[in-house]
Amino acid sequence: MATMEVAIVGVEKRLWSGEASFVSARTVDGDIGLLPGHQPMIAALDEAGVVRIDPSEGESFHAAVFGGFLSVTAESVTILAELAEMAEEVDVAAARDELQRAEGGGDDFDDAAAAAARARARLRAAGESPDR
Amino acid sequence: MAASLRVLRRRIRSTKNIAQITKAMEMVAASRIVKAQARVHAARPYSDEFTHVLKTAAKAGASDHPLLVAREEPGRTGVLVVTSDRGLCGGYNANVLREAERLMRELDSAGKEPQLFVIGGKGTAYFRFRKRDMAGQWTGFSEVPDYPNATRAADTMTACFLAGSAETVQGESEDEQQGSSSGSGEGSGEGGSSRSSSFVPPEEAEGLDGVDELHVVYTAFNSLASQRVTSSQIAPLELEEDDESSDGESDGSGSGDSQERQAEYEFEPEPEVLFDRLMPKYLRARVFAALLDAAASESAARQRAMKAATDNANDLVDNLTREANQARQAQITQEISEIVGGANALAE
Repeated sequence: MATMEVAIVGVEKRLWSGEASFVSARTVDGDIGLLPGHQPMIAALDEAGVVRIDPSEGESFHAAVFGGFLSVTAESVTILAELAEMAEEVDVAAARDELQRAEGGGDDFDDAAAAAARARARLRAAGESPDR
Repeated sequence: MAASLRVLRRRIRSTKNIAQITKAMEMVAASRIVKAQARVHAARPYSDEFTHVLKTAAKAGASDHPLLVAREEPGRTGVLVVTSDRGLCGGYNANVLREAERLMRELDSAGKEPQLFVIGGKGTAYFRFRKRDMAGQWTGFSEVPDYPNATRAADTMTACFLAGSAETVQGESEDEQQGSSSGSGEGSGEGGSSRSSSFVPPEEAEGLDGVDELHVVYTAFNSLASQRVTSSQIAPLELEEDDESSDGESDGSGSGDSQERQAEYEFEPEPEVLFDRLMPKYLRARVFAALLDAAASESAARQRAMKAATDNANDLVDNLTREANQARQAQITQEISEIVGGANALAE
């Protein structure tokens, strides 16, 4: 099966890189799925979103990506993020707390909404359901 | 004589204490360099990829974006000076400040009034003492900067840059308009993302005078042995790696049309909108990279300064010990001659 080079690059370090057969992400305009040989593109990702990667070896995994965008060339997909967390790095309990606090409403509505979106992305990346 | 021997011993003791402290600081700095160097290294993929993406987007038709086009008759110019919070790092801050002064004189004579943004306690103290106005100042993170630190500084400058030198940075009314126009019907739970998609000037930028150019003065970390004070323009963007002549400000926009596009790129959203989103992030990345470099350079400068201080202290201890020995011997000789003299006097 065809594969492509995929890398998740955070501001501070490269989080993950390797061969993968499928990448899915949510851009500002909607979800996209990327297969090898996709047309070159540059897209801005949702301010707080989840990226799914199916590596060519091993199980597929998720990562929470904040303030990112992605660049696709014929052979590679690069996800650049101001902040990114791999699914296993997500502190589920902390994210749930954060979500509850944010939904409780802060002084600043916009800040609270952004915080809630971030917490949801973390939970979804970790495979937890944000809404219970 | 006895008094001077005591004085010498006291000096030896205190010098040894100083040497111990400087030695400890040297070792702390040495371990910091390693970490800081690793961070500089680890942050490189991001800025490399980012530059690549920006170039691609610029070529594909966003080349008239304000970030890329040098403004005609630039007026005010923002200068970010990156210094350290603490001293005891040799000529590190002096070098940065000298370069900053040089740059500002140059800008001034070119008719661009410099507007100061300062990072680091030493820099703010320097300019405050000289009663120079600072549009922004940030302290407390010079040794271990993190990305939110860079974001605060960069966003303030971005706001000034977007306003342009004819205007001052506007407050709330403007961003609400932007926020609502870009709200693209996300799920109800995603309410926050539509707003934060457009650039929101931070509160501290409100009311600041706008600028037409942004420069940054910092100490670039080449290697352990060499750090160089560097001043570079970060906006409008010079796509420096692309061209041989990096000093032409309009290179980025000029080369956009002439170079053939290698591949048809798809953009989501369209290049102009995408560029609006990328620009603040780009400046953040540039400022962050400068901060990381400066942090590594600061530690290197401190390590060198502290090593020199430790060596000097040890030399001093050696000399003082020699003097003390002489004084001690002279004292003993004197005592013997006194005893002999006394015994002789009694024998007669």
